[in-house]
Amino acid sequence: MIVRISRRVAWIVTLWLLAGFLGAVLVWMAPGFGIDERVLDPRWTKDSSVALRGDEQARLGPVSFYIDWLEHFARGDLGESNSLGRPVADLLRERLPITLRSAAAGLALGWAAGLILAVATYFIKLPGFDWLTAAVAGILLSLPSAVIAVLFVMLDAPVSWAIAAVIVPQVFSYARNLCNRAMCRTHVLMAAAKGVGSARIFFWHVLSTIGPQLLALAGVSVTLAFTAAIPIEVICDSPGVGQLAWLAAMARDLPLLVNITLIVTGITLTANSISDWATSASGIEGATR
Amino acid sequence: MTWKRGIALGVLASIFGLAMCANLVAPYPYEKQFRDSVLAPPSAAFPLGTDDLGRDRLSRLIYGTRVSLLLAPAAALLTTLFAGAFGLLAGYLGGAWEWGGKAVTDLFLSLPWLFLLLMVRAMLPLNASPEASLVITFALLGLLGWAVSARLVASAARGLKDSEFVLQARALGQPSWRLLIRHALPNLRPVLAAQFWLAVPVFLLTEANLGFLGLGVAEPLPSWGSLLRELEDFAAVRENPLLLAPAVLLVIVLSCLHIAARGKEQWS
Repeated sequence: MIVRISRRVAWIVTLWLLAGFLGAVLVWMAPGFGIDERVLDPRWTKDSSVALRGDEQARLGPVSFYIDWLEHFARGDLGESNSLGRPVADLLRERLPITLRSAAAGLALGWAAGLILAVATYFIKLPGFDWLTAAVAGILLSLPSAVIAVLFVMLDAPVSWAIAAVIVPQVFSYARNLCNRAMCRTHVLMAAAKGVGSARIFFWHVLSTIGPQLLALAGVSVTLAFTAAIPIEVICDSPGVGQLAWLAAMARDLPLLVNITLIVTGITLTANSISDWATSASGIEGATR
Repeated sequence: MTWKRGIALGVLASIFGLAMCANLVAPYPYEKQFRDSVLAPPSAAFPLGTDDLGRDRLSRLIYGTRVSLLLAPAAALLTTLFAGAFGLLAGYLGGAWEWGGKAVTDLFLSLPWLFLLLMVRAMLPLNASPEASLVITFALLGLLGWAVSARLVASAARGLKDSEFVLQARALGQPSWRLLIRHALPNLRPVLAAQFWLAVPVFLLTEANLGFLGLGVAEPLPSWGSLLRELEDFAAVRENPLLLAPAVLLVIVLSCLHIAARGKEQWS
């Protein structure tokens, strides 16, 4: 058990370091990176400008830049944002909690609503109810997060509701499919044939089967919530990291954008690993990846 | 083919056909500006009204549909080809190839999709010409969206490696490249087809999000993403609900694609 967890943690750290290297390479390749401002001074001769450029590039190759960045990162120094002129760590400290709160509330709300709807389709056998829920889920699945955000702004609803609206159809569709599949299992059919009540079948036989599989979706839904946070925070004018990432992209502030991406990657990797671990601990391999 | 899938494919074919004939169907060119009719309400001349530059919204919607419906499948094809080659090599050859392939796909899967896109998009020029922005947007989607498909293809290729017909072919002395091309690849076709159909709606949605954020296809070229930007003016949407037309069309097309893709999943 400990060996498995250690391996998993080592794999997460490796992936995170690789992602950091990828980000460092992108920053290094970005136009204007590492150019000495003195080069812009027209009083330097052409030879001097070339020499200044050469010095800078030699000093900052992608690997040395990455190692330099890692050293600073370990000390909590994430550099300074080019566009906002402020330390990246300060920006993240201010904005990350806002996104974390919205994403957590959105996830809780989305999961609750998705599961309630899935359970409702199991118990409520009204004509058209199943079709109606599937249609609503289908429409929400087919709308970009940005449009969902617009609709929620028009309704004066909080950011977390818009994030929940992105999560609901995923959870609902997945849970409903799992329920339908579980209903066809032999032991469930046998229980129904023996006259066991539908509530008892659901809570004793169906839920115990689909529970671990639903855990596999939990990790994915965290990634989904953070991805949806970008357009939603931009449209809803919520000052979280999603909006910050967009501002950084519009200003081509790659150091800031790479740092945000790595922090979010760390969060989603951890969430996915916990979900994987919980799924495998339950004895069922996640089938959603 | 179920009746639902038949209807979905029929609707898709009709919309695709109309969009491809944009030159004939659209009342005006997409960039033509009617300076005397800026923000005109819906009328016989402009069924969906005009935008803030006096351009006919219906014409832009038809041309935008053509752009999105042509390029999202092109990006999906690119991603499927890439995922096919990568997954086939990693899954079939095994060993270091498989380990390396797993590391690269895990790396791409660990990076949240939209953050990764923003990161790479921000590296490229933002003030590119409309045509260049079009190519950049969809090429990025195609080049960065292959990881999930590659993992599935690798898993399917791994399963094929020890199948009887491959073992027999190997025993007959067939070279590896021939085994890959002639035996493994044709058997992966259903998986690749399903991945293609699943990638198209994802790319359409992502382009719409990127366009909405101003990082997609550049003006004056229309795409669903850039057309949806008009929804940012909440007051205008309340006054003229026809502004939601691109969103409604997107929902119709994506719903049809989901139904069509479900059929493909069942095949694979």
